[in-house]
Amino acid sequence: MRVLIRPKEGILDPQGKAVERALPALGFEGVEHVRVGRMVELEAEDPVRLAELCEKLLANPLIEDFEIQTL
Amino acid sequence: MIWGVLQFPGSCDERDALHACTLASGEARLIWHEDRDLEGIDGVVVPGGFSYGDYLRAGAIARFSPAMEAVAELADAGGPVLGICNGFQVLCEARLLPGALLRNEDLRFVCRQLDLLEVDGPETGDMGGDSAHRPLSIPAKHGEGRYYAPEPMLDELEANGQVAYRYAPGQNPNGSVRDIAGVRNESGNVLGLMPHPEHAVDPLTGSTDGLRVFRSLERFAA
Amino acid sequence: MTTSTPKYRELGLTDHEYGLIVEKLGREPNDVELAMFSLLWSEHCAYKHSRKLLRRLPTDGERVVMGPGENAGAVDVGNGYAVAFKVESHNHPSAVEPFQGAATGVGGILRDVFAIGARPIAILDSLRFGELDSVRSRHLLDGAVRGIGHYGNSIGVANVGGEIYFEEPYEHNCLVNAMCLGLAKTADMVRAAAAGVGNAVVLMGASTGRDGIGGASVLASAELGEGDEAKRPTVQIGDPFEESKVLECCLELLEKGLLVSLQDLGAAGLTSSAAEMASAGGVGIDLDVARVPLREADMEPFEIMVSESQERMLAVVEPARVAEVVAICEKWQTGSAEIGVVTDTGQVRILRGSEIVGEMPVEVLVDGCPLYDLEPADPGGWIYGNRATLARGVSSEDELLALLSAPSIASKRWAFEQYDSVVGSRTVRRPESADAAVLQLPECGNAIAVSIDGNGRRVACEPYAGTVEAVLECAQNLACVGAEPLGLTNCLNFGNPEKPGTAWQLDRSVSGLADACDALGVPVVGGNVSLYNEGPEGPIYPTPVVGMVGELPDPARVAGSSFVAAGDAIALLGPFSPTLAGSELAKQRGELDAGLPQPDVGKVANACAQLRDAVRAGSLASAHDVSDGGLACALAESAIGGGLGCRVDLQPLRERGCSPEEALFGEGGGGFLLSGERAALEQLGAVVIGEVGGGTIEIAAGDRSLVVGLGGAESAWRSLDERLAV
Repeated sequence: MRVLIRPKEGILDPQGKAVERALPALGFEGVEHVRVGRMVELEAEDPVRLAELCEKLLANPLIEDFEIQTL
Repeated sequence: MIWGVLQFPGSCDERDALHACTLASGEARLIWHEDRDLEGIDGVVVPGGFSYGDYLRAGAIARFSPAMEAVAELADAGGPVLGICNGFQVLCEARLLPGALLRNEDLRFVCRQLDLLEVDGPETGDMGGDSAHRPLSIPAKHGEGRYYAPEPMLDELEANGQVAYRYAPGQNPNGSVRDIAGVRNESGNVLGLMPHPEHAVDPLTGSTDGLRVFRSLERFAA
Repeated sequence: MTTSTPKYRELGLTDHEYGLIVEKLGREPNDVELAMFSLLWSEHCAYKHSRKLLRRLPTDGERVVMGPGENAGAVDVGNGYAVAFKVESHNHPSAVEPFQGAATGVGGILRDVFAIGARPIAILDSLRFGELDSVRSRHLLDGAVRGIGHYGNSIGVANVGGEIYFEEPYEHNCLVNAMCLGLAKTADMVRAAAAGVGNAVVLMGASTGRDGIGGASVLASAELGEGDEAKRPTVQIGDPFEESKVLECCLELLEKGLLVSLQDLGAAGLTSSAAEMASAGGVGIDLDVARVPLREADMEPFEIMVSESQERMLAVVEPARVAEVVAICEKWQTGSAEIGVVTDTGQVRILRGSEIVGEMPVEVLVDGCPLYDLEPADPGGWIYGNRATLARGVSSEDELLALLSAPSIASKRWAFEQYDSVVGSRTVRRPESADAAVLQLPECGNAIAVSIDGNGRRVACEPYAGTVEAVLECAQNLACVGAEPLGLTNCLNFGNPEKPGTAWQLDRSVSGLADACDALGVPVVGGNVSLYNEGPEGPIYPTPVVGMVGELPDPARVAGSSFVAAGDAIALLGPFSPTLAGSELAKQRGELDAGLPQPDVGKVANACAQLRDAVRAGSLASAHDVSDGGLACALAESAIGGGLGCRVDLQPLRERGCSPEEALFGEGGGGFLLSGERAALEQLGAVVIGEVGGGTIEIAAGDRSLVVGLGGAESAWRSLDERLAV
């Protein structure tokens, strides 16, 4: 399973902004709305509890959204 | 009163906090993160540092330690709990305090002596007797100290008197909303702040304004 | 390029060296043995070109508890305690990956200090980059400062000082030198020598991966050329959280007397630690690579032996105590594995299970490397070029502002605010508040001071005099806070020693270092050498970085460097006799040239002693060493720090034969800028030159007199804040 964790929309993401600002100088135009998050990969015997695991530990629901992908 | 200072793998300022507690209130001892036993402890300090390397999110792993279960019980019972820097992050992750701490706006760690403004809460009253609301000179040192809570929650915190400290105008080092440097819970016995009062207790190494922060919680000791 | 370059040459060994190995082994070495020899016989590990020179350095002293040859040096600070310290370089890795290179540099020097049983209490860093208009140098500066901050802050050791210079000769070869100080009870300190045949060899800390494989010989013994991108896989990745666990674990093990000896794993990983422990103890060692905890399953024996994975320590433990050691490692959540045994064979034997995969005499591996004589030849002139950024004929005011805003002179607040300078509650003087960092030692009832210095440009002008100056600069900085020097560590950063010009620089510099230490009575307790810092454009400035530690009795009596009160008199102390040779002004005018006046060590030492006594007596308001940018800059710095202007007349310097320009902006050792009560200054023998007060900096200096507003001076001095803001 793969869990993608992103900063919630509306929260200032200085990392995303810094990346976005650096791109033109490196020759990449037309790239916007960069958000930087985290990715966690794991093997879970019981995928049913995965959402709970994400909410309790892997993500902080106050400031982050998460998405679970099955590999 | 006797303070207990938690120690996690990766804590940095626990010995400094131990010393500060002794100076402020008389006695203190270290509590290993695996201990559930707060026997004889009147209040707890969750210190600064990089518990568990700040991995995943600052404070996210530490908040699940056995010691933190005991701290939650103490907090529920109305006992004093002080979270400093990483400790503040741990208390927010543990939902003992509202809000969250994010990476500093300019993405850099900052270590700087700052002026903090004390903000009264309904339970705080006389916070030490002398000229209240003069700024406290206390060092901040952190890379993830930007306090955040959604606007409606912030309005509620302000209305309830839960904002405890603000950075003096022009001195906000991390972009935290409404210049918030520290908050308290509704009953006032749990307090968290990003700056380090334990590094403001000795005239030889800085100011002594930090002592007020420790002493402000003494009234909650059983 | 031929298709059949012998493997040993690709690993950095010469034909002659390989021939010696074959001769001493009595056969050709296999791959495992070849890899091990290539690392231990590399410049970085064997000091082939410098070891003979280093024998000139004085290493004895009454207060020396541990001298060169151990993981770190240490001096006695009273009450049964010792302060351990050392400086080391991590230049080549930082030029390739500045964040991790600098971070692991800090990690490595921390390990050297706690390997002898001292708890690290402070870090300092000495950095060199190309000019700031270079994108590459900006990138390296940014990464290095973030890396140093990341590692030091996470592990909780205060970074209390350092220096950063920006000069073109460092453009392709940045320098990252990290110094660490630690505190130990003298009785609890431990050496690295393995002992006790039959004792267990235990590996502690992180698991072993492919980090830095071949790092030592590939990176540090060769000049950086084109295609250093390909060297990226060999950069080490640091984990300060792991190190903090290993540190606490080791200190607890030492406190409980569970270790016979301890060594950290740095350059050349297991190979050098095991071999050096065995060599120091006059014993042999058997290691089984199958028992080493691995991060990647399919590693070959030679990879395991040369891996530079970080945060690992090697210990010798009596068999009966191994279980206790393992238990304490588990408590601190760090790894442990019994991987070998101490023998009486005099051999290093590498096994995989029961199969021997490598075997060689310890002596040959550790001491068999040939030591080379340098062939020095004076290049006879300035070899580094010049770039003018300031025209002649501008006003003195403009010159002062140009110097104050020079990145090498301007406030480094942008950098040191990224470092935790207060953790540990010992820091009495934070960065830029006094000329040396001061740390209280409540355990001993006194305090220590530390300074790190090394102006490479001045050493390039005249290597002998420039190096003597560097040592004196440290002593002067210590005197400003009332500290008496106890010991010195040094890192010699030079170009390719096989080239006669660089050999000459190295030879002269080491002589200067030896003579200055002798004259001051300060022993060298340890250090490091980093050679081959050279790119297609030529060598770096010869940069002997000196770190000096001193003691002072009362941390409450430490003068800062800033003016304190309007009305205080300002005075000059010492045999200061400035010239423009090697100065920042000469650099900005594009007029750098060979040659530097010889410092008068005796007179400077006297001035230091006098100043020290005055500071300890509390009779001064401020004390500031005059260095980069000359007296005008020193005055401006003291004024800006105190928020107070000054009015001075440099006539006394004119009377010593200085031109107005030399009096204002000339550099050279032996000058202290003091402030305080007039009577106290005069009693000290200082020459009063003016008074603190007002909102301007006014300096009378013949036809180059100047008046600059305090605000304008501060803006110039704080120019880096804005220039480096993202």
